[in-house]
Amino acid sequence: MNMASPATAASPTPLVRARDLCVSFATPRATVNAVNGVNLDLAQGESLCILGESGSGKSVTLRALMRLNPPKRTVVTGELNVANQDVMQMTQAQLSQYRGPVVSMIFQEPLSALDPVFTIGHQIAEAIVRHEGISRKAARARALSLLELVQIPSAARRLGAYPHELSGGLRQRAMIAMALSCNPRLLLADEPTTALDATVQIQILLLLRKLQRELGMGVIFVTHDIGVASEVADRVAVMYGGRVVEEAPVEILIRSPRHPYTSGLLGATVHAGTRGTRLTTIPGAPPDLAELPAGCAFAPRCTRAEPGCHKAVPPLLEVTAGHHVRCPVVCPARIQAPINV
Amino acid sequence: MIERMPDRGGPQQPLLIARGLTKHFPLSKSLMRRREVVQAVDNIDFSVMKGETLGIVGESGCGKSTASRLIMQLIEPTSGEVIFDGESIGRSGLSLKKYRRQVQMVFQDSYSSLNPRLTIEESISYAPMVHGVPKSKAISRTHELLEAVGLAPSQYARRYPHELSGGQRQRINIARALALHPRLIVLDEPVSALDKSVEAQVLNLLIDLKKQFDLTYIFISHDLNVVEHVADRVLVMYLGKIAEIGPVDSLFSDPAHPYTQALLDSRPSMDPSRRRTEPPLFGDPPNPINPPSGCRFRTRCRKAWGLCAEQPPPFHQIKPNHSASCHAVALEAERVSE
Repeated sequence: MNMASPATAASPTPLVRARDLCVSFATPRATVNAVNGVNLDLAQGESLCILGESGSGKSVTLRALMRLNPPKRTVVTGELNVANQDVMQMTQAQLSQYRGPVVSMIFQEPLSALDPVFTIGHQIAEAIVRHEGISRKAARARALSLLELVQIPSAARRLGAYPHELSGGLRQRAMIAMALSCNPRLLLADEPTTALDATVQIQILLLLRKLQRELGMGVIFVTHDIGVASEVADRVAVMYGGRVVEEAPVEILIRSPRHPYTSGLLGATVHAGTRGTRLTTIPGAPPDLAELPAGCAFAPRCTRAEPGCHKAVPPLLEVTAGHHVRCPVVCPARIQAPINV
Repeated sequence: MIERMPDRGGPQQPLLIARGLTKHFPLSKSLMRRREVVQAVDNIDFSVMKGETLGIVGESGCGKSTASRLIMQLIEPTSGEVIFDGESIGRSGLSLKKYRRQVQMVFQDSYSSLNPRLTIEESISYAPMVHGVPKSKAISRTHELLEAVGLAPSQYARRYPHELSGGQRQRINIARALALHPRLIVLDEPVSALDKSVEAQVLNLLIDLKKQFDLTYIFISHDLNVVEHVADRVLVMYLGKIAEIGPVDSLFSDPAHPYTQALLDSRPSMDPSRRRTEPPLFGDPPNPINPPSGCRFRTRCRKAWGLCAEQPPPFHQIKPNHSASCHAVALEAERVSE
């Protein structure tokens, strides 16, 4: 695989450009600030992993890119451009033209994402007929070639199968086929392999990597598993408390993480070689998104926090080319100017 | 006050022996067709030594959770028996009430395994009270246990499960499992539902408690990294059968069974410069209703040949305490010895 570093910043028109993206949910009790000012850039053909634990805002960010969060209860602010289209200004009609041909998504649990009462072939063909206006028969032929593309064995027979008749791995492949049915330029994947067994997970990851390369799509993965990121990502953005705290090319992030949260998370991850050693842990628990601290969201759990950390949210600064860290202790502001101006 | 049950057989007597343990779940009867069964666990034998941690790994449907429920006697085995410290369990031997005082379980889903209408204190002191401990003593014991799992009793004892985070609830489940001074704890995916940073906290806690309370663990997980971290010996299951069993170092550094090799090779590389290029296995595990004849792994195995479809493979010992159930392993060993 070509691991050449993606020229995100240099690229004239990034596929995705998000600036100061904020998402909050109004609940009867409080306002939950799930995403608090996320900047994202993704080049065509690039693969970004958003890494975070539950409640970090990673899935909400992904859904915001497709405007899938429930409209009545959600407040989304900021700028969002995907493939030169202003997603924030889209009407419902424009959104349905946007979802599918420009951007599509695969979900964690294919059994609940697929419709149980229609066959796989019917569901895939439906999307093609809806978007491209071709005949049902032609759409079904396309569906067949899509199932072959995602390496489903005896694809012709599987077209007539209902989701419950397939194994977990085949179901996830079918959902990938459906997501690819309108040749999207951006594929979003929300924990696509979390529900799968280990031997199936690696098959799906390798398939996604292959498809991304062959079809030249931009891909954004959301995952809690650094192992998944190490297999598929070009760049990784680590989220905590609804903000990106560190972003770097994958090899740099794994080898030399800078933010205390990222190093804590990597230290806490069990891997070959931790046997007999005591795992380093991050004390405490993630913040309540309804009552975020005024300063750095990680400061209350951080062993290196200084008084200033609790006062204001630190800016995301570039420490080396392409490596951004939001921590005034490990990279003081006077060395570098903020990048998100 | 409840005391820990004394050791009977001495250190050489395995704490638990599973002998020919089998569980077949019948499917609903249909006319014209032969009655079908799911062979969830099929004739497995293993033992757990005193003070060790036995890890059980395998993919969904391999029978690892059914095995844990058979060990706990939560479900009746189709055949086979469980022997605890030299005594068989059931009518002639150890009564269930006495057995369950010594063997406790922690489940994956920390929320559904706690009664939502009982406070933490009530949940933990429930079992000791059932076993005749006066309420005041049960409560003071509960507070000790909360301290032991790292939760301040003054802050948490009167709370309800929904007021706690996943990691805290799993600590409560561990405290509850300790309440009767058990000798063996069966941990069924205890950290699978937790975030990585919390997973590390709970794993450290489990390792500490094992030392502090002189426990033996059966640790069931689908995560090989976690099992490698905590287990002394590892048992690999595939479709209701044991594929391989051995000491953790030997099994992870030198896996013999093709399935164990594939499982290990399926782990993400954790190094972007050495990414996997080829998946070690294709397809999903087959349906346990009609498992393949002979060796159950043969349909996904690259080494399989005619014999594998005809006969179930015997257990072949590769090293002391390390054996695999595979025709290819047995054949290779034969060649080497000749």
